[in-house]
Amino acid sequence: MNPQLLIAIPLAPLVAAVIAGLVGRYIGRAATHTITIAGVALSCGLSLYMQWLIYWGHVPGFDGPVYTWLVSDGVHMQVGFLIDRLTTLMMSVVTFVSLCVHVYTIGYMRDDPGYTRFFSYISLFTFGMLMLVMANNFMQLFFGWEAVGVVSYLLIGFWYTRPSAIFANLKAFLVNRVGDLGFIIGIAALFSYTHSLSYQAAFAAAPHLAQQTLPVFGGVNALTLICICLFIGAMGKSAQVPLHVWLPDSMEGPTPISALIHAATMVTAGVFMVARMSPLFEYSSTALSFVLVIGATNALFMGILGVINNDIKRVIAYSTLSQLGYMVAALGASAYAAGIFHLMTHAGFKALLFLAAGSVIIAMHHEQDMRKMGGLGKYMPITAATCWVGGLALVAFPFFSGYYSKDAIIEAVGLSHRWGSTYAYWCLLLGAYVTSLYTFRLLFMTFHGEERFRHVRAEHDGHGGHDAHGGHGVHEPRENPLVVTLPLIALAIPSLILGYLTVGKVLYGNYFGSAIMVLPQHNVLARMAHDYHGPFELGLRGFLSVPFALVVAGLVTAWLFVLKRPQWADAAAVKFAWLKRILDQKYYFDWFNEQVLARLARGVGFGLWKVGDQGLIDGALVNGTAKTVGGVGGVVRRVQSGYLYSYAFWIVIGLAALLGWFLLHA
Amino acid sequence: MHDYLLSLLIWLPIAAGIVVLLLGERNIVAGRWISLIATLATLALCVPLWRDFNTHTAAYQFVEKAAWIPRFHAYYALGVDGISMPLIVLTALMTIPVVIAAWNVINARPAQYYASFLIMEGLMIGVFAATDALLFYFFWEAMLIPMFLIIGIWGGPRRVYATIKFFLYTFLGSVFMLAALIYMYVKCGSYSIAAFQALPLTLTEQRWIFAAFLIAFAVKVPMWPVHTWLPDAHVEAPTGGSVILAAIMLKMGGYGFLRFALPIAPDACRHLYFLIVVLSLIAVIYIGFVALVQQDMKKLIAYSSIAHMGFVTLGIFLVYAILSNTGSTHGAAMGMDGAMVQMVSHGLISGALFLCVGVLYDRMHSRQIADYGGVVNTMPVFAGFMVLFALANTGLPGTSGFVGEFLVILASFKANFWYSALAALTLILAAAYTLWLVKRVVFGPVGNDRVAKLTDLNGREFLILGALAVVVLLVGIWPAPLLKVMGPSIQHLVHQAVATKIPA
Repeated sequence: MNPQLLIAIPLAPLVAAVIAGLVGRYIGRAATHTITIAGVALSCGLSLYMQWLIYWGHVPGFDGPVYTWLVSDGVHMQVGFLIDRLTTLMMSVVTFVSLCVHVYTIGYMRDDPGYTRFFSYISLFTFGMLMLVMANNFMQLFFGWEAVGVVSYLLIGFWYTRPSAIFANLKAFLVNRVGDLGFIIGIAALFSYTHSLSYQAAFAAAPHLAQQTLPVFGGVNALTLICICLFIGAMGKSAQVPLHVWLPDSMEGPTPISALIHAATMVTAGVFMVARMSPLFEYSSTALSFVLVIGATNALFMGILGVINNDIKRVIAYSTLSQLGYMVAALGASAYAAGIFHLMTHAGFKALLFLAAGSVIIAMHHEQDMRKMGGLGKYMPITAATCWVGGLALVAFPFFSGYYSKDAIIEAVGLSHRWGSTYAYWCLLLGAYVTSLYTFRLLFMTFHGEERFRHVRAEHDGHGGHDAHGGHGVHEPRENPLVVTLPLIALAIPSLILGYLTVGKVLYGNYFGSAIMVLPQHNVLARMAHDYHGPFELGLRGFLSVPFALVVAGLVTAWLFVLKRPQWADAAAVKFAWLKRILDQKYYFDWFNEQVLARLARGVGFGLWKVGDQGLIDGALVNGTAKTVGGVGGVVRRVQSGYLYSYAFWIVIGLAALLGWFLLHA
Repeated sequence: MHDYLLSLLIWLPIAAGIVVLLLGERNIVAGRWISLIATLATLALCVPLWRDFNTHTAAYQFVEKAAWIPRFHAYYALGVDGISMPLIVLTALMTIPVVIAAWNVINARPAQYYASFLIMEGLMIGVFAATDALLFYFFWEAMLIPMFLIIGIWGGPRRVYATIKFFLYTFLGSVFMLAALIYMYVKCGSYSIAAFQALPLTLTEQRWIFAAFLIAFAVKVPMWPVHTWLPDAHVEAPTGGSVILAAIMLKMGGYGFLRFALPIAPDACRHLYFLIVVLSLIAVIYIGFVALVQQDMKKLIAYSSIAHMGFVTLGIFLVYAILSNTGSTHGAAMGMDGAMVQMVSHGLISGALFLCVGVLYDRMHSRQIADYGGVVNTMPVFAGFMVLFALANTGLPGTSGFVGEFLVILASFKANFWYSALAALTLILAAAYTLWLVKRVVFGPVGNDRVAKLTDLNGREFLILGALAVVVLLVGIWPAPLLKVMGPSIQHLVHQAVATKIPA
């Protein structure tokens, strides 16, 4: 494999981002989006080519350095690539979704003054994400990890005049940093054993590490500590409870990045990382149980929050939290391939759902409240149809892409005997009902039923300056132009057929080969492979499965409460007011973080400053002495005429005198 | 030229400073240009220094030696190794933006202002280049005078308080160091630092000497709890003073530990390392919290400096912690590498941040965070730089801020899980105080009428911030050359630091 070609893959979007960022305002909008799209298209083409080479061309992968970052204490820290089937799959997913989002942005950001800046950011993001997935060492992994975090920070706060946006981006960065704290400690722990930052060294050391004990917390298994620390990093990036709080707020960013960063790619970095580290995690069942329980909890409880939300983007955000939970749960059950498979299908249909939501939002003049929508299907047929495709994929309707990945996860967790797997199985199963409920609720509220947009006057002012086409008064929503709908169609196709086409290979055909390591006793997917008789048979079997029954139940519930008897929803809200309060408060995580943690941090800081620095150190120690000297200084001031020269003068004299005295007596 | 390159580096800026002073305020246009050319020439002299530096030896290079005060066997002896050379380059680099930043801004006695900085540049290079302890001490103390004048003359309203505090702290510290140096001179009859390093000393002697050094260097770094002079000095200092104070003068403390404390009193360091580690971690965490609640931008960055310098002292003394935990020094050099890179990086980033504050202060004459808000609306280019340097301050990979912290965190795990975990808290704390500052100052809707009238960077400001941004990114993306320069000297220092000097 040609290393130059590999370097071009992340470099193309980087160069485009730098051009767009530095000179975008001079070369104009069209040139900016042409350059960035060309950059991403190039890396997308090359990524697909690499995947083809590795899978069909049987070219051996690549694992080697690009350049030496530094050498310290004999340790070579390098920037390098590890290209195998897992990497190329991720590269293809990232660059393909990124390409779609780039094109879509032309339409979505058409009237935004930050047009070129936006293109620069999303290309820079693509670079960071590629560096992350292509890394062959922990330094570069951490680089990519932080780089995508920073671009996410910049993009959530893209509309920087909105207080809610700049609150959300700070929150996102800080919560991610909490995860990164765990991540870097995990890396340091690994390094302390292997004296290397390369994956290879870490993987080779895993069986040995599983036998080591670290003398912290009264002695813990070294590998378990390492894996849990690394996973804490993943919890930040992939928004797992309790570090999930930043993701719903990240919806303050423009919709294209919600699709790209906060649904399809960056938030799945944690899932990718754990799969990449499967040779480590496999040797620590404790860590995997932890992963399993966290993932399953996320899958169910974050999905429930989607049911009560009325903001179309936030519903999809909670859905993303829930689906990330499914992926993480798959990892916890050692079904890494299923996790990555769901990552892949999810990237397609979730990006589609976000972009469709964006299309609706454009048509509604930046209104995101579903209570003010309804009946839009008639006016926006392409958006509605593609959104339905995405929705059906999301609820895992048989034959849609999500079905093949999500039902496999539920089944795999059901087969797992790991500690926590029973709890996880029930969470995931109930999650299927919840998923169906919020998805169909969203579809019905947006595209069907009463045309509620006719009742509400457009009293809001949209984006406060950014909504250049801020329509006021009622006029009928229209379908968007081709730059918006084409990416929808491009993403709808994989949502329809990707699962069907690839399930046999990715899930049951040992697609990943040596890229993912599973110990034979944990290999639930291998057991499921015995019952696999092709995608068609699997699809038919889906109609008889328990999850499908739950999907239908969800559909019926959503139909009843949204379309047939809307008043029932209000009645339920009154009857279960205590539950609604808990859900409205999002289980009180935000309350705790803002009212307890943030206040505590400021209080501690203030206390240390006022009491420690100013009271004790300055008040008691320094100024006491200073007053004495100040008195002496006053005498000097009276003797001398100047103010500050006198001090300098006396320093020099005093210094010379002291020096002389010391020297003569030496 | 190599025979007197270091002398040139020291005396060229000092000579230029005297010329500017003599030309006086009436010839300030010429004085300005002389200042700029002199600082640029000093940086140009660093090119052969870097290029012809032998990266395979720990020995002093570019050495010069001449009799100075024969009666006390004091020599005018200069030389650099991998520890001092990068700091000299940093000094030469960071003086240039100070001169450019003052161009049309300092209107009160500009000639004296430029002269002070030029003379100080020479003296600071002298501190790093001296291999004779008395010469070192001469530069060390002399350097305080221009800084004292800079804060005292061009400072803010509470400058007298700040200068007295600054003077008290640093002078008291230095006196003890001088006593220690004289004690060793009496014992070995030479002021050569190398002779001090070779001098056998009992543990008791070493403890006293270490205590003296600790007081001197801890104040300079500054380490908790002798740090409170720094926020006051920064707040009162003019922009250039803050830049030099943060970028170079704080490094003197770290340099002192590396050059004096560890090789001269290794056994005492080994006995007392725990104290330094604890003080360093307090600096990272305690000061991180204090930085969070600051209302004044300069104070916030000053506190952030203290927290970042905590990584320097931690990295330096990790060698003893690793030795006591693992029984070997494997991994210790990484801690020191990290400390060195952190010093260089902090010089760049804190200097740049103070310049950013200076840019705002020149326009609004306020450093209060509350007086700003939404600066990005009127100063988008400035905002870009400010966000970049702020992110670098949070240790973002790809910027220089990451390299040192990463190495220290990696190395500290070898010593103790908790050192690593507590030090890594900076990931959260630094992000919290820095980005909260950015949120309140840079982002948001236009805060008030004065912000609405702000104008973006002029060419001069763009030039200095742009150049620093390039260096910050370069060191972050490719730190290998810097590490290569330091390598042999650090290895040598690790050997010195763990070899006992107690006479058998």
